Order: sequence, then C-alpha cells, then structure tokens
Amino acid sequence: MTRGSRKSWQYFGLGLAWFYLLLWPLLGIRDGELHFADAFAVWLRVAVGATICFVLYRLGKAGRLDGVLSPLAAARDAVGDALGRAPRWMLLAPVIVFALAYPMLTNRYAQDVAINVLVYICLGLGLNVVVGLCGLLDLGYIAFYGVGAYTYALLSVHYSVPFWVCLPICAIFAAVAGCFIGYPTLRMRGDYLAIVTLGFGEIVRIVINNWMALTGGPNGILGIKSPGIYIPHFVDGSFSFEYLLLRKLEYLYYIILALAAFTIVAVHRINFSRIGRAFEAIREDETAAELMGVDTFRFKLLAYALGAVFGGLAGAFFAARMRFVSPESFTFIESAMVLAMVVLGGMGSIPGVILGALALVALPEAFREFELYRMLAFGGAMAVMMLVRPAGLWPAARMGKRSDDTE
Amino acid sequence: MDYFFQQLINGLTLGGVYALVALGYTMVYGIIQLINFAHGEIFAAGGYLGVILLSYMASQGLMDSHPWFGLAFALILAMGYCAMLAMAVEKVAYKPLRQSSRLSVLLSALGMSIFLQNGLMLTQGVYDKAYPTEFTHGGFEWLGVRVSFMQIGILLVTTLLLVLLNTLVFRTRIGKAMRATAQDKVMSALVGIHSDKVISTTFAIGAALAAAAGIMVGLYYGSVRYDMGFVPGIKAFAAAVLGGIGNITGAMIGGLIIGMVEILAAAYIPAGGEYKDVFAFVILIGVLYFMPTGIMGENVDDTRV
Repeated sequence: MTRGSRKSWQYFGLGLAWFYLLLWPLLGIRDGELHFADAFAVWLRVAVGATICFVLYRLGKAGRLDGVLSPLAAARDAVGDALGRAPRWMLLAPVIVFALAYPMLTNRYAQDVAINVLVYICLGLGLNVVVGLCGLLDLGYIAFYGVGAYTYALLSVHYSVPFWVCLPICAIFAAVAGCFIGYPTLRMRGDYLAIVTLGFGEIVRIVINNWMALTGGPNGILGIKSPGIYIPHFVDGSFSFEYLLLRKLEYLYYIILALAAFTIVAVHRINFSRIGRAFEAIREDETAAELMGVDTFRFKLLAYALGAVFGGLAGAFFAARMRFVSPESFTFIESAMVLAMVVLGGMGSIPGVILGALALVALPEAFREFELYRMLAFGGAMAVMMLVRPAGLWPAARMGKRSDDTE
Repeated sequence: MDYFFQQLINGLTLGGVYALVALGYTMVYGIIQLINFAHGEIFAAGGYLGVILLSYMASQGLMDSHPWFGLAFALILAMGYCAMLAMAVEKVAYKPLRQSSRLSVLLSALGMSIFLQNGLMLTQGVYDKAYPTEFTHGGFEWLGVRVSFMQIGILLVTTLLLVLLNTLVFRTRIGKAMRATAQDKVMSALVGIHSDKVISTTFAIGAALAAAAGIMVGLYYGSVRYDMGFVPGIKAFAAAVLGGIGNITGAMIGGLIIGMVEILAAAYIPAGGEYKDVFAFVILIGVLYFMPTGIMGENVDDTRV
C-alpha cells in the first residue's frame, strides 16, 4: 500500500464518519428519545455501497482491473467502428420499424411509458437547441411547455378548436413567449441568464396558479378534447367523412411519435444549417462570433423561439393526452428534469438527448419499488455525472470549450 | 399610518432573514463565481434541525425554565450542523470541479440541491413540521403598532450575526484571506493563502447564517417543510444580485429591500398577496437589465457576468 493510497483511504474513512454525523441528527432524534439503530442501518448500506465503489475506483486507478477493462474497451471500440462503417439507413431502419410496431408488441403500461419518453424527447431536443447548440443556460424551459398546454386547453375548452389547428397556434404562442422571455435576458450571460430564466419560469407558473378567471388556478382545466381525425365512411354507397376522436393510447402513441420524429428531423436540420453554425459559434465564443459578423442578438432570440416551438408542441400534446392541465405539471423540478436529460445525454447531440430521456424516464419505471428514492438518485446522478463524465453519455461530435471558462 | 408602520416592521423582519441567506450566496459567488443552488436547501435543513432540537429539548423538560436559552442553544447547534453540511457539499460536489466549465459546476449544484431536498423529504416526511408555540405569542403595542417578542428576537439575532460577520470579514486574518481570495485567487495563493481552506470556511460561514435564518423563518411562520428552501433561496439570490453580487453590505441592503417590497406589495397592491413571490423575480430581472452590477456592485469585467 503506497502512501498516496493510504491517504486516500484515510480521507474516505473521514468522509464516512462525516456522513454519519450529518445523517444522525435527521434520523436519530425524535419522539423525545435518541435513536441510533435507524441512522446506523441507513449509514451501513450507504457505507457498504460507497466502499465497493471506492475499492473498484482505487483498483482501476492502480491498474489491477486492466485484465477486465481493456478487453471491454477493445470490444466497445470494435462495435463502435463497425457501427461507424455501416450505412446510416441500416442502423436507422430497425429503430424505425421497432418504433412503428411498438404498440402491437406491448401492453398499455409500456405504451404509457413510451409516450412519456417521447414527450420528454421533444422537450429535451427543444431545450437542446437553446442550451446545447447556442450555449444559453435556460432553467425555465418548462414555461413554454406550459404555454403550449394552456393554449390548447383554453382553445379546446372555450372555442372547441380541433387539435391539429391548435398545434401550429401553440407553437406560435410558445415562440412568442420565447421571444418575450429571451428579449430582456439577451444581455446576460452564463449564471445570470440561468437565474433569470428560472425567475421567468416561476413567474409563468405563479400567474397560471393565480389567474383564476382564465386558468382555473390550482384546479386546472378539465374537459380538453383528444385529437381527432376524419375517416372516410361508406354507408349504402354514399360517401362521407366521419369525425373520430383518438382516445386510444395507441393512436396517441403514433401522434407523439410523429411529433418526436418531426422534432428530431427539424433539430437535425437546424444543427447542420447556417443557423446551427451561427448558434455554435455563439456557444463557443460570443464575442468572436459577433466580430465575425454573426448577429448574436437575432440568433439568440431565434434560438429561444425555436426551442420554445418544440416545447409548445409537446405541451399541446400533453394537454390533449391528459385532457387536463394544472400548474403542478410545470414546476421548476420539471425544468431541471429536462435539463438533466440534455446534460446527461450530451449537450448538442441528438442521439444523446434521446438516450438521456430514455435513461431518466424509462429507467425509474423499471425500479418502481424505489419510487421514493427516485428524485434523490436523480439529483445525486446529476452531480456525479458532472464529476465523471461532464460531456454526457453520447457527446456531440463538435464541441469546444467556452472562452468564459478559461478565465 | 399605523398600518404602514406595522408593515414596515414586518418587512424589516423578513428582510433581515433574506439578508442572512443572501450573504451565503454573495460570499460564495464572490470567491468562486458559483450560484450555490444548494444554499436554499441548507437553509431548510437549518429550519428542520431547529424543530428537531427544540422538540427534543421540550420533551425532556429542558424548555420549561429558560425557553430562550434553549432556543439559543438550538440555534448554535443548527448553525454548526449546517456548516458541516455545507463543507461536505463543497468537498463532494464543487471542489473536484474547480477546473471544469462553469456549466458543470452549476449543474452539479442543481443536482446537489435536488439531492438534499429529497434527503430532507425522505428523513423527515412530506408534511409540515410545527415549531413549538411558546415563542410565538407575547409582544407589546407601541403607538398602535404591534410588535411581537419574536420579531424583536429575530431583528436582534439578525443584527448580531451581521455585526459578527462584518467583524469577521473586515477585522480578522481569515476575513482578510477571504477578501484576498475573492479578488485574485492565483495571486493570493502565491502569497501563501490556502485557497481550499478559505473556500471551505466561506461555505461554512454562509451556511451557518442560512441555518439561523431557517430557524427564524420556522419560528415566524410556525412550521417548516422539506421544500421550503427553494423560493426563499431564489429571493435571497435576488437580494444578493440587487445589492451587487460579491458585496457583503450590498447583500444586507438587498435583503432588506426585497423583504420590504414583498410585504408592502402584499399589503398595498390589490391581489398582491397571491403574487408576492413574483415581485422578487421582477426586481431581479429589472436589476439585471438596468444595472447589471447591482446597487453596491463594482464594474466587473464582461467575462464574469
């Protein structure tokens, strides 16, 4: 055992002792008595888990695990190479076929989860335009989702406007809201921008919560219509269109699949267009981009508006699917969830965001019995990810380091 | 006019509490340019520890003879606990990220905030926890303005802590080291200031002040809740920005202004009560838009904002 490793073990032990000291007052003092067993039981579990992780980490660092890790790394590289060489349609075709056949293979519950994942993919990709491409940290993104949802809810309940007509209206409203929020914040950078967008998100939520006459306040809006389609109808040789409301989960699945596909294609097109390059230039170095003739003001506003459009579309679908909206769905924690998807998956990378949405929505469903610990694990995972893999699970191909960070 | 003075006293009490929380934000931001999102949760943890300790002492009969002593004891223990908690958070989530991008640290802070909030929820339950009531009643009326002993207590403790902090920052060695590190980290390291230690101390001091604020808010409203840290946290951050972030006097003034505005708006603007949380955000956005360096802030160079 070297001196360095002894020292790290000492720190590790100190950390565990520190953790017990922090844990005990919260669990140990109650009902006028001091308990030690409960806190110790929780501590022991965490301590065993942490020790295993720490031993693995030390072994990996000392090179003892090379026998296992290097073949694994080699296998990963080989698979990566093979995938890289295969034409793109060969990779995409099975995914598309699977996505289309999904409702036939699965039950209601699985479809429900899939719909959730797809909604979050739309949201994540929308936020990805703002955060991943343009580098503007937005902590109030869920406000646009809320704007979309409430726009459809109000139009549907009061004027019974059909879903398909509302979809572009919701997108436009969300884009306007995006410009509205984007405009005053454009002078700010980094941290200040984050906190101001957070403030805007909260303002939207508080207004929704308190404007009883329009939004019903905390009671929300009930009786929103599902999306409908006209289907050709033949009766006794005469031909007519019949209006059918799509209430079944499978139909809703296909609608959100179409929306998600539209979002993926659109974000991909934005990413590799002139606009996308301008966004990336702003992300890498705003001052330099400005000097090279990028109209940063216009493009940052555009990024907000474009990001908001996808949030608005997802919001309209959410309202149509739940047939109920209330302010509870648009809290800060939802914004943090979407942001975590973008960051965990890999900022600026479309497959990364999809992976992030899958990881954060579908994985917790697999561990339902630990439901209570879900947000705890989620917060912890966010911090740990930043420590071990700041670029995300599937990093974007083009990504530099912001000039602000190198001060 | 009586009504106005009444609201003024209420605003002063609340503003003092915001000022205490704001100091934690402003000191940390001044030294490592990080919005410490977890600060609001440390404030909540302080409030919870107050409840835990006070109800334990009450059940042991220690509160019967000298309740205010008991309260002071709980206050000091909670401050120590939160200082330890903040140092642990700093070591785990921020220190390893010193060299990485600003966004990473910010997200790590956000993750830590969610983690702590849910840790509080899991250990303490989702329901409100009530503070013992013996401190809430009692008070006097003076020229038609009702002042409770608790409000006076809060004002006294706040003032005492602010004075102590000022002495610490401007009259002691560690305070000097903190100011030097805030000004230039590399240079102060070169002249022998241990920057890691200074940063840890800063986190601990800020957290202790937040813990005191947590207990006082718990006493003021009578109960604590696991998610009570979020909104006051943001308001306190708004106060720090309003005063000019990184500036200690500014944070105090900012806190007082935010508290006053909130109370007066709730009292005088129609439907102001429902929208009272909006005012802090509106002030924040307004300040950043029209005077990005706040009231007492200096002109910081472009890359820092």
